[in-house]
Amino acid sequence: MTAALALGDDALVLSHRLGEWAGHAPVLEEEVALANIALDLLGQARTLLSLVGDEDELAYLREERAFRNLQLVEQPNGDFAHTIARQLYFSTYQRLLYGQLAAGDGELTGLAAKAVKEVAYHQDHAEQWTLRLGDGTAESHERMQRACDALWRFTGEMFQPVEGLDVDREALRSAWLESVTTVLKRATLTVPDTADTGAWSAGAGRQGLHTESFGRMLAEMQHLHRSHPGASW
Amino acid sequence: MTAVTAETAAASTYQARFDAAVAADERIEPRDWMPDDYRATLIRQMAQHAHSEIIGMQPEANWITRAPSLRRKAILMAKVQDEAGHGLYLYSATETLGASRDELLDKLHSGRQKYSSIFNYPTLTWADVGAIGWLVDGAAITNQVPLCRCSYGPYARAMVRVCKEESFHQRQGYELLLALSQGTQAQHEMAQDAVNRWWWPSLMMFGPPDDASAHSAQSMAWKIKRHSNDELRQRFVDICVPQAEALGLTLPDPDLRWNEERGHHDFGAIDWEEFRQVLKGNGPCNEQRITQRRRAHEEGAWVREAAAAYAAKSASGGSGAPHESAASEGSGTKSGEAQVEATA
Amino acid sequence: MNTSKDWPLWEVFVRSRRGLSHTHAGSLHAPDAEMALRNARDLYTRRNEGVSIWVVPSTAITASSPDEKDPFFEPSADKPYRHPTFYEIPEGVKHL
Repeated sequence: MTAALALGDDALVLSHRLGEWAGHAPVLEEEVALANIALDLLGQARTLLSLVGDEDELAYLREERAFRNLQLVEQPNGDFAHTIARQLYFSTYQRLLYGQLAAGDGELTGLAAKAVKEVAYHQDHAEQWTLRLGDGTAESHERMQRACDALWRFTGEMFQPVEGLDVDREALRSAWLESVTTVLKRATLTVPDTADTGAWSAGAGRQGLHTESFGRMLAEMQHLHRSHPGASW
Repeated sequence: MTAVTAETAAASTYQARFDAAVAADERIEPRDWMPDDYRATLIRQMAQHAHSEIIGMQPEANWITRAPSLRRKAILMAKVQDEAGHGLYLYSATETLGASRDELLDKLHSGRQKYSSIFNYPTLTWADVGAIGWLVDGAAITNQVPLCRCSYGPYARAMVRVCKEESFHQRQGYELLLALSQGTQAQHEMAQDAVNRWWWPSLMMFGPPDDASAHSAQSMAWKIKRHSNDELRQRFVDICVPQAEALGLTLPDPDLRWNEERGHHDFGAIDWEEFRQVLKGNGPCNEQRITQRRRAHEEGAWVREAAAAYAAKSASGGSGAPHESAASEGSGTKSGEAQVEATA
Repeated sequence: MNTSKDWPLWEVFVRSRRGLSHTHAGSLHAPDAEMALRNARDLYTRRNEGVSIWVVPSTAITASSPDEKDPFFEPSADKPYRHPTFYEIPEGVKHL
């Protein structure tokens, strides 16, 4: 259950962040693309959370500390480069993870088998944009490099153990690093050589410890639901 | 025959051919000859329609991050996405008339082309999402269904697609309001308040009364329009009255009653001064909507430039990454046909 | 392909299911073919409308001009024998 909750929260929170782009995307075609990804993730979140309990109770009535998502996915959208860097790091991880889960025979196998196709598309979308921003103009290169650097310290958390998640974490990490490195190099970007985790022994998202902006995100997400206790929508 | 008269003769032949096609309910296609005014009218109307879809994303997107259940959140995201899609279909159709999308967006951003005034009203509560679906999309559908038979082929085809996809928009709004109306006292009040605020602006969506409508007569003759503003407005009112009853909500018009003689509902006077004011830019959200649209476009400029620069480099086999052509790229593309297997 | 910041226009053709040809669905803007394909997938097959997509730069399409309309298309208009409805078949005869 911890595993379904962790992965469900990842999808829920990232979907929410991508939903914030609606009406703000750099080009109309990208409105459609970002919404597609957000909808895929929301679908995954609903399936995963339903394995644990009532999807709405879990999404709307838990306190911040009870969320088990990675800190990476809760990071604010920033500029389009930050959103793409977050997508690249996360979708690469998610595709490799779901690929492993789909090959197994646990309770997440069915979901992973369906989701891995969606996620492969998310990864492709992120890679295409990483190439264009990294190897586009001087400005886009600089922005993309800055985004990759800024989010790097949230990537180590993806390879921490999660209770009930039966995956080969070392294989996951090396495959992730290889995939991301290849894309960044093709995009003429430098792979960050800084630490991939924050220096805080209290832990991170998987332990329920989040970053400052997450509280505000939840306040916005939950306020209407919580203002009408027991109501149905 | 002199050159000039020959030209005139040719033009009148074209005009005659065009008139005959319209009279016979045939479609006019992009490369056919058409009168300049017909082209200009279409560009104005289709661009305004496309702009309305794009600006129309904003009032609803305002509630995506606060949607009170995950089911509603998914529906709302899909709906706002559809609006972006519909804007794209319509821009695409408008481009067949020789107006580029950049040019059209530029006119929107500088206020030289309009969008539907309804989107200059704010979405203050969650119930507004329902009222927009039921009333605003309902009015839009009443307007749009006849456009599926519009004389200009690309517009008619875009509208067929839009209408097909939009059928869920109105239903989700109605269902949302029904849940609120039958919910707690506070939810019911929220629903009634939203209907009170959206009813009159929805009636204004059909445009000025027939005797004051500047473009109507010519558009009807060209079969761009099939029904008059007042006709469509009446149809909409007649449809809404029983729907409101089934919702358990009232429509905010003391003069609304069935007229046996006419076989239609009579309704109160519309405040056309408010309509004119909102159209002129004095609505509650005119400034906010256009500012957000302009900002999204401006802040996206570096992204669009980057992609164009990358494409130019790749095409010339220039610096940076080697060119990966559509034919040799791995992700689902094959030689000859650039092909995507849909995974959605 | 272009140095301006305006993305070129692409025509999109969608095969709605196996066994049918690709049909023109509309157009869109994209910086290059790869992105055009992806945008087309997102825009024109959101509801499972397609199994395969072609994108073609709009400028690469050569169309018959309206002036050519008559010589181009009229010769076939007077060949009704190309259409099955031209032939009278006795009532009750099936599979024809």
